[in-house]
Amino acid sequence: MSTVDPGARQLSDYRKMEASVTISETTEFEGDRELLTLNLGPHHPATHGVLRLLVTLDGEVIRRLQPIYGYLHTGIEKTAEQKSYWKAIPVVERMDYVSYYFNAMAYCGAVEALLEVEIPKRAQYLRVIHMELNRIMSHLVFLGTSALDLGAISVWWYCFRERETLLDLFEMSSGQRMHTRYFQIGGVIEDIPEGWIEQVRKFCAIMPERADIYGDLLNKNEIFLQRQRDVCPLPAETLREHGVTGPLLRAAGDPWDLRKAMPYSSYEDFDFQIPVGTKGDNYDRYQVRLAEVKESIKIIVQALDNLPDGPTITEDRKIALPPRHELATSMEALIHHFKLVTEGMRVPEGEAYYAIEGARGELGCFVRSDGSSKPARVHMRDPSIVNMQAAPAATEGWLIADMLATVAMFDPIIGGVDR
Amino acid sequence: MPDAATLERLVGALKASDAESVINTVESPGRVAIEVKPESIVGSLEVLRTAGYEFLASVHGVDYYPNEPRLGVDYELLSREACDRVALTLRVSIEDPHLPSVTPAWPCANNQEREAYDMFGLIFDGHPDLRRILMPEDYEGHPQRRDFPIGGEPVLFTHNEHNVPRWFE
Repeated sequence: MSTVDPGARQLSDYRKMEASVTISETTEFEGDRELLTLNLGPHHPATHGVLRLLVTLDGEVIRRLQPIYGYLHTGIEKTAEQKSYWKAIPVVERMDYVSYYFNAMAYCGAVEALLEVEIPKRAQYLRVIHMELNRIMSHLVFLGTSALDLGAISVWWYCFRERETLLDLFEMSSGQRMHTRYFQIGGVIEDIPEGWIEQVRKFCAIMPERADIYGDLLNKNEIFLQRQRDVCPLPAETLREHGVTGPLLRAAGDPWDLRKAMPYSSYEDFDFQIPVGTKGDNYDRYQVRLAEVKESIKIIVQALDNLPDGPTITEDRKIALPPRHELATSMEALIHHFKLVTEGMRVPEGEAYYAIEGARGELGCFVRSDGSSKPARVHMRDPSIVNMQAAPAATEGWLIADMLATVAMFDPIIGGVDR
Repeated sequence: MPDAATLERLVGALKASDAESVINTVESPGRVAIEVKPESIVGSLEVLRTAGYEFLASVHGVDYYPNEPRLGVDYELLSREACDRVALTLRVSIEDPHLPSVTPAWPCANNQEREAYDMFGLIFDGHPDLRRILMPEDYEGHPQRRDFPIGGEPVLFTHNEHNVPRWFE
């Protein structure tokens, strides 16, 4: 006869652990000072998305910072495993929702490495143009929202004006403003429309000056400067230890940029500089990004000047869809179109890791193929989740207001952290 | 990827520190992965660190279902000096998914090891803070495993949460 009381509920391990904690015993003391543990977020306007921070405070000074993630976890990697390779691109793009071209590039690059497919030169250049436009857009969002966090609202309006122009350019080239699905495995989906180049040139002509204007708006702002200069610096050594890459590492004086160090997608053809900071404080983090905007413009102008002619996607019909007009005349084209759309391409067994320089650092995509038409594993090394590991080291010992400024300067995109 | 001579040197160095450590070397276009024994992963990474691969770019959990041993971890190392990447991989079984954590030696692996634990149930012994990172703390199961079903998760609305079994536990 069973002795289990049917009314007693079986508690999970976590709930048992939770029940064992009594609040009165959790007060921490440091000498005679009482520490206060405060929860920030996940719905705090200054935490950029649903980032939750558990801070232990001594007065206003941060003693411990503990980021808690997962509030935006949507299982994109699991979803990608259920889709054929080309249908996974749209979901992968939605990971870091501010840098969708980079996500698509990392994923497509990894699959292309497995397929060993050659990308036409024109497609490589178009990818570079779109990625650099995306980098500018991402840095504008960073600049606007960070300035907003620090109380400078007008910069936000100006930054979003330029962002709007960029989204219009994306809409013109691909039909979508965000998550454009423009990059395909083997190239880009279609050639740029007539008049697009002129629009991009127009944008490139005004953007450097606009970047200077935004710099002037903020660089003469005493409040902004006081919250940025010499606040929360970290040496490059510590940053590297925590795996930090991208503008944050460059702000500390380490000129590491994958576009230069390990060029991909024809980045070796372009002449550009890597802006670096000297101190690694918040001011450098912001200045590096502002300078990067101008370098991106340089790359775009060079790519437009030297844009090669030719196909925009690989000619391999096993990978890329045949052009529409072929379907009416070629039986083989029709069959391949049908097979690609229904089943998708089969990718040889193997694993690939493809890393690019995203807007926030090294954005790597790991893809494992088991030989079928669906990826067996897609994993993003998103710079946001790795960079955030350095946030406690950067902010501990600083004031809570400095911490908010620093989190803004770290620029984590929670969609990328949680995926 | 390292060229043949460098690879030979790396494998030689790995074998010199622990003769049994290297199981296999997988070369594919543009990539070299050295498979090592799970117990020797910390030592192997240290050997590669002294060989110039001093940046651990990424840690990925993998499920090789239906192959055995099922679970795997992939460590992507980067040499900033030589602008070169090499991968270390290891395999553990699903019955005994224990492996040493590399976080004490490489703080950059912290979040990604937690993620691999969360998604695959890989247990990194010696990790300073091995908790779930993306799924809720009281979640049961490891959703990125290949045999973890899709769907069937009840959606918690405010109006029906009392009807969902165990919603408050």
